[in-house]
Amino acid sequence: MFDVSILFASLLNGITTGAVYALIALGLTLIYGVLHIINFAHGASLMVALYGVYFLKEHAGIDPYLAFPVVVPAMFALGYGLQRGIINRASHGKDENILLVTLGLSIILENLALLFFKSDTRTIETAYTLTTVTLGPAMIALPKLVAFVGALVVSALLVWMMRSTDLGTAIRAVAKEKQGACLMGIDVDHVYAMCFGLGLACLGAAACFLLPAYYVNPMVGSGFVLVAFTIVVLGGMGSFEGAFVGGLLIGVVESLGGLYLGESLGQVGIFVIFIAVLLFRPQGLFGARA
Amino acid sequence: MKDARNIGLFVVLVGLIPFVTDSGVVLNFVMMALYACLLAQAWNVLGGFGGQFSFGHALFFGVGAYCHVMLQLHAGCNPWVALPLAMLASALVGAFVGGLSFRYGLKGSYFALVTLAFAEVFRIVTLSLSWTGGGVGLMLPLSESPANMQFSTRAGYVWLMLGLVTLALICTAWLRHSRFGAYLQAVRDNEDAASAVGVNPFRIKLAAIILSGAFMGAGGAFYAQVFQYIDPGLAFGPHTSVEALVGAIVGGMGTLWGPVLGALALHVLADVTRNLLGQLPGINMVVYGAVLVLIVMFLPRGISGARQ
Repeated sequence: MFDVSILFASLLNGITTGAVYALIALGLTLIYGVLHIINFAHGASLMVALYGVYFLKEHAGIDPYLAFPVVVPAMFALGYGLQRGIINRASHGKDENILLVTLGLSIILENLALLFFKSDTRTIETAYTLTTVTLGPAMIALPKLVAFVGALVVSALLVWMMRSTDLGTAIRAVAKEKQGACLMGIDVDHVYAMCFGLGLACLGAAACFLLPAYYVNPMVGSGFVLVAFTIVVLGGMGSFEGAFVGGLLIGVVESLGGLYLGESLGQVGIFVIFIAVLLFRPQGLFGARA
Repeated sequence: MKDARNIGLFVVLVGLIPFVTDSGVVLNFVMMALYACLLAQAWNVLGGFGGQFSFGHALFFGVGAYCHVMLQLHAGCNPWVALPLAMLASALVGAFVGGLSFRYGLKGSYFALVTLAFAEVFRIVTLSLSWTGGGVGLMLPLSESPANMQFSTRAGYVWLMLGLVTLALICTAWLRHSRFGAYLQAVRDNEDAASAVGVNPFRIKLAAIILSGAFMGAGGAFYAQVFQYIDPGLAFGPHTSVEALVGAIVGGMGTLWGPVLGALALHVLADVTRNLLGQLPGINMVVYGAVLVLIVMFLPRGISGARQ
């Protein structure tokens, strides 16, 4: 039906878009997948990080890729503070309350952005925004290729952290048995907050990789929320490798869906997959738990 | 008995408002507050009494709105016939979504996410089909007459909405006192224990989502009838889902008057912030979000649960 080269280009486009999705979903894997904190403010937090990168570039002239040392720690601090100061306090230990509090937070963040930054869609220009790389018969934008490598590195780092550091061990302990972990001397509130902070730090990294090829406005995050949840569940709750592969898969589904079904209907594939996975394979592609 | 008396009092008091004043501003406020009450009460049936937190109630709202409009446009249906049919359609969608997700045991955040995903699927599909008007949306032609459910003043809409809210209140009062309501609350509080004593959680939850969906569909049909316009974002966007659940939670889940109180309080709050802070974009929503967080933090049982 379509030329092979178009199909190849579409696949490639899907994979690179998927890498960005994966980056965003990696933070959520830590927050939702491991600790079951349902973070509806994930998209709004991404928006905050994107504005951070944007203003660093526009007002301080800092290149997005060099904004890392500022944005990532700042997002970590925001996440740690939010979890310790608001989410943990308001949740009273119930899942439903976390759902509502993070929903409230996302409404607050998005509308504060609307209040201060207006609804304008903003983009930045860098020397490499329009640079493309030729790969076989297709071409892809350089920032997307960088984002792909970035997603790979971040997921590898997360896997390493979970397996080989004390913090990773503590997170896994808290996820498995909260009370037991507490009795072993683990500060559960601190571990939760660290998780949330690290999850948002991932978003900081995602924002640095995303902005050269993307845009920012107050509502930009909302489109990513459900996609990120889809990837976390599809990959298997708490599996970083799963989130990476899931992200790529979703990117390809969207890209091919757009090719065959048209731009607007193409996204339907993502949510149909999501519903199907939730219903028939809730442990995801890589999840261990049945 | 007490509930019946209170509902009767509510109907008389609100029903008399159009006789006291014909100010369009007041009547519009009453109409929109009642509309918010209906959405909150619809969500309350499933979320408050059944403990199933839906984040995609806009799904039922949108199905009701689109059915109501399309039955009139494509089938030449009278709106008084279209409204109950729209409720039926929303109930059927509720049966479908509930049937699937409860059959496969989705609970908690999984259920919230699956409802959200269904709403999103419907939004994208209505956006893409020419049959549903696509992104342009559908418009109802103007032809003012009570037989056509198009009233010359807001009073007619107030009474229509009051009728729907009353129906929802009666249903909620029935949930408080009936065997079915007791089953539903038992399933909410402890599903395993409920099924151990012979309650079938699947059927109970399914009935709750059907009821809840029907009322939400009525809300959608009403919205489309008043504004004579519907598009995919209005119908299936997350805004309506949030409005419904926040109203119920702020007021108090699983109660009869909580959602009414919550929806009313939020409406007053929105009006006050709009008047005090002017037309700064977003500021009223910031207050809205802050109220949600503060209520969950300090009054987890809502305004009506504050006394206990």
